[in-house]
Amino acid sequence: MMTDLNKALIDFCLRIADNSLIHAQRISEWTGHGPILEEDIAMSNVALDLIGQSRGFYTYAAQIEGDGKTEDFYAFRRGEREFRNKLMVEQPDNKDFGFTMMKLFLNGCFDYLMFRDLMKSTDETISGLAAKSIKEVTYHVRHAGDWIVRLGDGTEESHQRIQNSLNELWPYTNELFEQDSVDALLISNGIAFDKEKFRDEWTKMVHEIFAKATLPVPENNTYSPTGGLKGIHSEHLGYLLAEMQYLPRTYPDAVW
Amino acid sequence: MVTLESSEIWDLLNSIPDPEVPAISIVELGVVRDVRITDSNVEVDITPTYSGCPALKSMEEQIRAKLLLVGLTPIIKTIYKPAWTTDWMSDETKEKLRAYGIAPPEKLSFENLHPFANNDKGPVACPFCSSTDTSLTSRFGSTACKALHFCNGCRQPFEQFKCH
Repeated sequence: MMTDLNKALIDFCLRIADNSLIHAQRISEWTGHGPILEEDIAMSNVALDLIGQSRGFYTYAAQIEGDGKTEDFYAFRRGEREFRNKLMVEQPDNKDFGFTMMKLFLNGCFDYLMFRDLMKSTDETISGLAAKSIKEVTYHVRHAGDWIVRLGDGTEESHQRIQNSLNELWPYTNELFEQDSVDALLISNGIAFDKEKFRDEWTKMVHEIFAKATLPVPENNTYSPTGGLKGIHSEHLGYLLAEMQYLPRTYPDAVW
Repeated sequence: MVTLESSEIWDLLNSIPDPEVPAISIVELGVVRDVRITDSNVEVDITPTYSGCPALKSMEEQIRAKLLLVGLTPIIKTIYKPAWTTDWMSDETKEKLRAYGIAPPEKLSFENLHPFANNDKGPVACPFCSSTDTSLTSRFGSTACKALHFCNGCRQPFEQFKCH
């Protein structure tokens, strides 16, 4: 019989892993379609880092769950309602490079602060994965932040487009900080930490870059998409999964 | 019964080149973290350079193949702690990278650890002509661990092993 703590730990790992995997899948859509060769390579590398991070958390969840579960099961054999990623990362980029960079930046600043806390987790595997992931996330945030400044403080066209991306994605940032009983249980065991506690720091971080980019930050509005924690998603996730899972669903257990 | 000494196993592993940067071995790269000899077997701990490094699988296969030659079927474990860092590379290893045409990583400094920290250490020296009249072309190169630079001295692009 699995303990409540282990159940919570599995959910916690899947939430982080799902978010990184779905984000990576979106970014990888740029592979072969980047605006310039260097950015094509950069985005493929970023996606690879995120997939690697998700693998670490999936593998740990599988280890706790036992029952023959593997990282591939979580990635390829679960449906839309079982994915626990935040709604922001599943939003389609529609070939808008600035939109991809904005998403990478907003989510990346959050991941940076989350992993910084998780490095102090009493769970050795979680703290190890966090220490590994934070280095990569730091690099992604630096890269995306530079582009936001360059586009925001660039031409009239680039300024307007990156501003539109910010306006469109801003409402999704509230969901990043959502937590529930899973978090509460882990927090009380020193495995996870209260995300609310770094919210001010996150706000300061993103404002710092938006000021440099001459981008006014939208007012906090009442429209705040949510649902990731419960597996309730926007219409876009289903299409994304259909593409990502097509092969393993059509040819179960196919190997290279 | 394992008849080899731990140092002999390390020597064997040190003869396996990194699949992406064959100028250095997987031991010099810092991927092999520990070798433990048990009564009947050998356990090898490896750690990824980057979480998504596609070469890790190949390294694992090569370790298996190499140790099979001496009759061992190792248990290979992937560990994440402590996180891999380029600071584990010795000066000798860094010189091998440079001689191979890849600018070696600088020493990791504390300031590198925040995304907005000014971590500009000045231009990276060109591995071909040593000129420091170089510029960063892209933070991301042909593999996860490298960045792309250009040398204005000898007019050649070159890669740098990123400080990580």
